[in-house]
Amino acid sequence: MQRIGVFVCWCGSNISATVDVEKVSAVLALEPNVVISQNYQYMCSENGQALIRNSIKEHNLTGVVVCSCSPRMHEATFRRACESAGLNPYMLEVANIREQVSWIHKDIEEATEKAIILGRTAIAKLRLNTPLTAGESPVIKRALVIGGGIAGIQSALDIAEAGYEVDIVEKSPTIGGNMAKLDKTFPTLDCAACILTPKMVDCAQNEKIDILTFSEIESVKGFVGNFKVGIRKKARFVNEKLCTGCGVCTQKCPSKRGLNDFNMNLNTRPAIYIPFAQAIPNVAIIDPEQCLKLKNGKCGLCAMQCPTKAIDYTQQDEIVEREYGAIVVATGYKPISLENFNEYGYSTYKDVVTSLEFERIMNAAGPTSGHLERPSDHKQPKVITFIQCVGSRDTSGCGKPYCSKICCMYTAKHAMLVREKYPDTQVNIFYIDVRTPGKNYDEFYRRAVEQYGVNYIKGMVGKVYKEGDNLVVQGSDLINNEQLLIKSDMVVLAAAIEPDPSVRKIATLLTTSIDTNNFLTEAHAKLKPVESPTAGIFLSGVCQGPKDIPETVSQASACAAKVIGLLAKDKLKCNASTAGADEMLCTGCSLCENVCPYGAITYIDKEFRLGGGRTEVRRVASVNPAVCQGCGACTVTCPSGAMDLKGFSTKQIMAEVDAICKN
Amino acid sequence: MNSKEQVKIIKERSGTDASKCMKCGKCSGRCPAYNEMDIKPHQFVSMIEKGEIEKLLNCKAIYNCLSCFACVERCPRNVAPAAIIEAVRQEVIRMQGGNYINSEEIPQIVDEQIPQQLLVSMYRKFNK
Amino acid sequence: MKFNYYPGCTLKTKAKELDAFGRKSLEALGVDFEEIKEWQCCGAVYPVAKDEVATKLSAVRTLAMAKENGGKVLTLCSACHNVLKRVNNDMKTDENMRLKANNYLALEEPYLGESEVIHYLELLRDYVGFDKIKAAVVNPLKGVKIGAYYGCLLLRPNSTMAFDNPENPTIIEDFIKAIGATPVVYAFRNECCGAYVSTTNNELAKKKSSAVIASAKDEGAEMLVTACPLCMYNLRQNGGGEIEVKYFTELLATALGVNN
Repeated sequence: MQRIGVFVCWCGSNISATVDVEKVSAVLALEPNVVISQNYQYMCSENGQALIRNSIKEHNLTGVVVCSCSPRMHEATFRRACESAGLNPYMLEVANIREQVSWIHKDIEEATEKAIILGRTAIAKLRLNTPLTAGESPVIKRALVIGGGIAGIQSALDIAEAGYEVDIVEKSPTIGGNMAKLDKTFPTLDCAACILTPKMVDCAQNEKIDILTFSEIESVKGFVGNFKVGIRKKARFVNEKLCTGCGVCTQKCPSKRGLNDFNMNLNTRPAIYIPFAQAIPNVAIIDPEQCLKLKNGKCGLCAMQCPTKAIDYTQQDEIVEREYGAIVVATGYKPISLENFNEYGYSTYKDVVTSLEFERIMNAAGPTSGHLERPSDHKQPKVITFIQCVGSRDTSGCGKPYCSKICCMYTAKHAMLVREKYPDTQVNIFYIDVRTPGKNYDEFYRRAVEQYGVNYIKGMVGKVYKEGDNLVVQGSDLINNEQLLIKSDMVVLAAAIEPDPSVRKIATLLTTSIDTNNFLTEAHAKLKPVESPTAGIFLSGVCQGPKDIPETVSQASACAAKVIGLLAKDKLKCNASTAGADEMLCTGCSLCENVCPYGAITYIDKEFRLGGGRTEVRRVASVNPAVCQGCGACTVTCPSGAMDLKGFSTKQIMAEVDAICKN
Repeated sequence: MNSKEQVKIIKERSGTDASKCMKCGKCSGRCPAYNEMDIKPHQFVSMIEKGEIEKLLNCKAIYNCLSCFACVERCPRNVAPAAIIEAVRQEVIRMQGGNYINSEEIPQIVDEQIPQQLLVSMYRKFNK
Repeated sequence: MKFNYYPGCTLKTKAKELDAFGRKSLEALGVDFEEIKEWQCCGAVYPVAKDEVATKLSAVRTLAMAKENGGKVLTLCSACHNVLKRVNNDMKTDENMRLKANNYLALEEPYLGESEVIHYLELLRDYVGFDKIKAAVVNPLKGVKIGAYYGCLLLRPNSTMAFDNPENPTIIEDFIKAIGATPVVYAFRNECCGAYVSTTNNELAKKKSSAVIASAKDEGAEMLVTACPLCMYNLRQNGGGEIEVKYFTELLATALGVNN
């Protein structure tokens, strides 16, 4: 006979303003098995928890129902309270009367009724609860970082620093990401390469870090502490171990028409190439679309010239499987495609470029060796007009609804760099709002205006068109209430940024959630900003939301701290809610084995006594409780109803449904 | 009818939600008749939202708007300035004596080449 | 497949050649079409105001008539296309408009936007195919540099018209290539010609039309083509007369050898 205590939380006025908490506790007190029912202002406070603990002892409770916020918020808190009073922590049920009641209803009477129903439901389930014990599983002391930009690099360095092994898997041929393409960085204007490349070298030299470039995640199995990841190492047709990065091959290659994606396709590169001078690893790669040998078998010059015989035209993709305790997603961003913004002429006029292209044009290692010239005729522009918010804050369906956050600052930076190096250049910036929160950020922007004489225009551009050799930027100046026609030699578009498209596949493989803009969702927007809702998966950098370099680095280090905290544990408490098959019902069909995402189910041949001394051997499902995560996929798949989940048994769920329907 | 009601009717007639405007000015940056608009497209959006319709009802812009829909096409927030301008124009021309052109004037402005389409559209835009 | 051809008023009067060359070309291309019997004026301009119902009814009648006959409405004049397509969209999506229009018209079966409005150029692109047109050309217009003039009505609002990329359309350029001529892309091809204000504010119409022509000439165009009689009028009367302007159907008929 269960002895149940009910505890109704006010959550200050969060619940009590919409739900009559007195009535809820009074009505629930009348439910069978309930021996005490109380309400309190903050159940999660120390006093509230003491109330639960004392009641357990005083009334000899065998189970506790807390009517409060979502179990995602405080289930663990109340479980601990139960445990410290000597009650099995799984003898607790939480009825969510905040997110599911008070926050979404206005009518007090209706809300109170619904809260009572949810309370009864929890009581009905609790009557069938049995004490559970969680097992333990070992933690594999190795981390995976997906993405080798500044976010991934920083997370990996910090994890390695703590003494754990970490692999960086990067889909392009070098680590460095978008930051490697930048010229200078705000707000201090130090050169991006000068601060990034030492970190790239640190990664390469750190014994704890293994870098797998030109590689992609192919499969993920397992769970926190025990992930098994399949990684596809794509064929680069160059043996990484033999190549010394001398670059002779790249000079001899006769096929030089491939677009240089590191330079944002502003110039070309040979079919065999090293992405940039400080690439890590400093190893060549062959573009099979451009390579004459791979296309039609004729050439082979690079192999002949290579002093270390590193070229291997027969190289194939290779799948490696590795095990990790934790996974960091650091897949970064890309600028959006501008096909929906043809009013700015990007696809029509060569001299309309994106900001990231402009970074390459200004970069000393870029296609123009840092000399500012416009793409169409290589003339030095005398008037440059920047347009901000190209595709950001756009709810029309053409762009992105969010603010991309970094554009105001990098546009101010571009303007300053131009005025610094070419003081006779006129620089105009069309803006909707200048958003510069951050240490020394607004000061930076004001410097662009006050010291560098950059012409900021409050308004948006409606059209960019060609007139003779020049572009005309037609836009509004809302302060002066004018429509301006600014003759410009070059136009730079601050295109919105979006998560790298590879993140969708990765999120699916990791079974972690993604929002409508393809940003990964954090476990809690404020209090768990680097954890994903899936245990053991952490978020680093722009994959979680737009951010600049300082913010990315901070988040990457925070992410590393969380990973280190996890890897420092020898064992993790497993999930107690594991599945199990009723062997008398199991028909050995294997359906559950096929749907289990964790590989927790195997089939065994087991001998059963039939009575009268006879036995029979049958094939039945066997669940490894250390691996089972309690997702329940097997229980709903099982055609014979043999599979059941502890703590969420079919009987318990039916009791809940009954409790709701009876009302 | 008081002006509050009139604003409400004009807003409904426009079928667009002026509160979505983020004041970027792209509509006015795009407007091909900008210099002929004594009230600019972005001001129509802002003034209707604030309920200041007196100036709108008396402006020249409602007759110079080309209904080319460039402002609608380009608005990043799905606001339709041209629809607000049309809603105001309807408010004016539906009033007694609100017709912008009189039929007596027609012979002077018509030439041999004028397509029927122009006459009908002009009439529909300017008269009730 | 049969197309219900909707010529509209202007094509029966001031723009007869747009209609005549269009018909001849369709015949030459083997397109099955028939003029909608008893079609009515579309209204010339789409009534933007949400509280206008009566001014849309003649368009609804035409659309409902076409529904009886397979539902494919073929338009040629840009303005008719704009009005019919947008009214059809209202009948599909605007509950209030649907109810009022059907109550008033009291058709045998309520009209709920089932017809599909297809512009002649869309027919060439999506049903005939520019490749097939290219193969059918007997007099290619070699070497003629032609600027496509789209104007407003075919392209905007794109959410309803869905004709082509509203800021960088290519359909008329593709057409020009198919008939053997050289398309000239210029910035003002989707700018307004001045439209109906040419009567009340002729200065404005002059400014707009001449800006279009200047932009086209700046890129080397020798001729402009259009699908709209109003654009044609403005470009010819108010554009300064510095460039030849033709209906695209005339060029098509010429290329197909059926222009006599």
